[in-house]
Amino acid sequence: MTQPAVTQAGPHARLTALCIAAVILALALMPYFADRFVLRTATEMACFLTLAVMWNLLAGFAGVMSIGQQLYVGLGGYAFFLIAAMGGVPLMAALGLSGLIALLIAVPAAFLLFRLNGAYFAVATWVLAEIAALIAAQSDAVGAGAGLSLPLQVARALGNNDERTAIFWWLALGLAVSAYLVAYLWLRSGRGLALMAMRDDAEAAGGLGVSTRQNRLMVYSVAAFFTGIAGAIIFLTKLRISPSAAFSVNEWTAAVIFIVVIGGLGSLEGPIIGLAVFFALRTLLADFGPWYLIILGAIAIATMLTAPGGLWGVLHKRFGWDVFALRRHVKLTIGEKS
Amino acid sequence: MTELMNIAVQGIAIGGLYALFAAGLSIVFGVLRLVNLAHGDMIILGAFTGYVVAVSAGMGFFAALVIAPILMGFVGYWLQRLLLNRVIGKDILPPLLVTFGLSMMIQNALLLVFTADSRKIALGEIEVASVQLAPGVAVGSYGLIVLAVAVALIGALHLIFTRTAIGRAFRATADDFETARHMGIPTPHVFGLATGLALMACGIAGVLLAVWTSFTPLSGTARLLIAFEVIVIGGIGSIWGTLIGGFLLGLAQAIGGAINPEFQMLAGHLAFLVILVLMPGGILAKGARA
Repeated sequence: MTQPAVTQAGPHARLTALCIAAVILALALMPYFADRFVLRTATEMACFLTLAVMWNLLAGFAGVMSIGQQLYVGLGGYAFFLIAAMGGVPLMAALGLSGLIALLIAVPAAFLLFRLNGAYFAVATWVLAEIAALIAAQSDAVGAGAGLSLPLQVARALGNNDERTAIFWWLALGLAVSAYLVAYLWLRSGRGLALMAMRDDAEAAGGLGVSTRQNRLMVYSVAAFFTGIAGAIIFLTKLRISPSAAFSVNEWTAAVIFIVVIGGLGSLEGPIIGLAVFFALRTLLADFGPWYLIILGAIAIATMLTAPGGLWGVLHKRFGWDVFALRRHVKLTIGEKS
Repeated sequence: MTELMNIAVQGIAIGGLYALFAAGLSIVFGVLRLVNLAHGDMIILGAFTGYVVAVSAGMGFFAALVIAPILMGFVGYWLQRLLLNRVIGKDILPPLLVTFGLSMMIQNALLLVFTADSRKIALGEIEVASVQLAPGVAVGSYGLIVLAVAVALIGALHLIFTRTAIGRAFRATADDFETARHMGIPTPHVFGLATGLALMACGIAGVLLAVWTSFTPLSGTARLLIAFEVIVIGGIGSIWGTLIGGFLLGLAQAIGGAINPEFQMLAGHLAFLVILVLMPGGILAKGARA
């Protein structure tokens, strides 16, 4: 008897891959034709995209709802500043180390946090971030409440203003692309299937042999690693770090949640669309003070009520589009037509 | 020794306020299995409502203590019926995200109306008066009043839950929502009442907070975290646990604050972590945890 074949490739897999490669290449060449303002905005967007993909991996794919990812943004940022202050560590190594430090904190934190389930887990992640902010604000080693500045020679070593801007952009772009690559490969693998099964029904998934503990720990640590590096790059571009900026729930979590929810919770395409909407709204509403966040909150609530899959969910339903082929298609090979 | 006694008394007094913060969160979680991330902002909304009644309208503190909870209860009922009932279900993500969005909206709407200035309801002499408990050990009169209100409110909630028809409906809905519905309990209405009750508690907590300390539209976050820690310390789902959790958190903060004023908040958070490690079910855990 023939087995039904399962394919993961969409109908235009090659073409899609080529298009994505072309887009990345064009983005990488941006410093040769775009001005500094555009590059800076693009750098910020790439960092937010990394945060969004990682939060989506947690909440949208694994069902792990954290509202404390600002902990890892801040840890990554502070770790990077401390490493940079020692001097002599190459930039890439320092960034990698910052991510590793975030990861090293994430593992014991996970053991603590996963004692709580669901919503209580969510608030506890926030408490941890608050603790980190309070400790940073009281430690003279990291400048207490005033924070730290990046040593001048570190910034100078990266060249003049234009060269620096280009390097920051390449770093942020590289990080976002790697985050996407990791998420994509993970979600296509058996472990990715396990994640989604866990999200849909943790008990049933456990019954079928998915180690929910191990998978949750993995996804939480990987998210912390990438979030930490993103934090390092964000504060490298800002050249300054302070506790309130580093561990800000509004900046690093509320905005990221908005991006993912609007774009599409549980899809890899979603964060890109959400990112565009978020930056467009931010620019449009920049002069409206509190109205900006009121409107953001209202849009997020309306999306949750009317289109829980976000904008990309609507597009997918209407047109059947997929950019990242995560879905498994079953082809029946025994004669009958489906 | 007297210094230790003073710290203990101080911790217990503020613990009463913390128990009030937690009461509403505990009701909503107990009945709806929903963690309301806008809870802290609702306490602050209660505080501003109280401020408008007591100061702007000039009706005074006691009018505020009655009117603000009633208004908040009304808001809570309709918020639940019109918005939150639509997102309650097996999936915990939608209600969390919706209440997170609500939190952003309440905070910024308050900023828009009241600006970022800090405000306070002044109560005159009673704020500075104190009661001598023992030689050298004194407690603020206002702290005692808050403590009394906290004990009374939690006692009342306990009676509502165990002795009344609506309490039976709350418990039935909490145990098995589907079966309760089949038995003729109007669950949307019951959910509305639960949130209404929770927001009444927020109103009381908010007005009392407004006298205790000054507040701004952004003060909600810290209160949400306190309420949450109180519930976890006391034991999730236990009404009396909120009182014990409040005392313990208050004590931890008082001890931390006595060592160094900057350690006050940190000591509370650390006490929460210690409890989480040693007694993940909280002090008053009822058997196995869900």
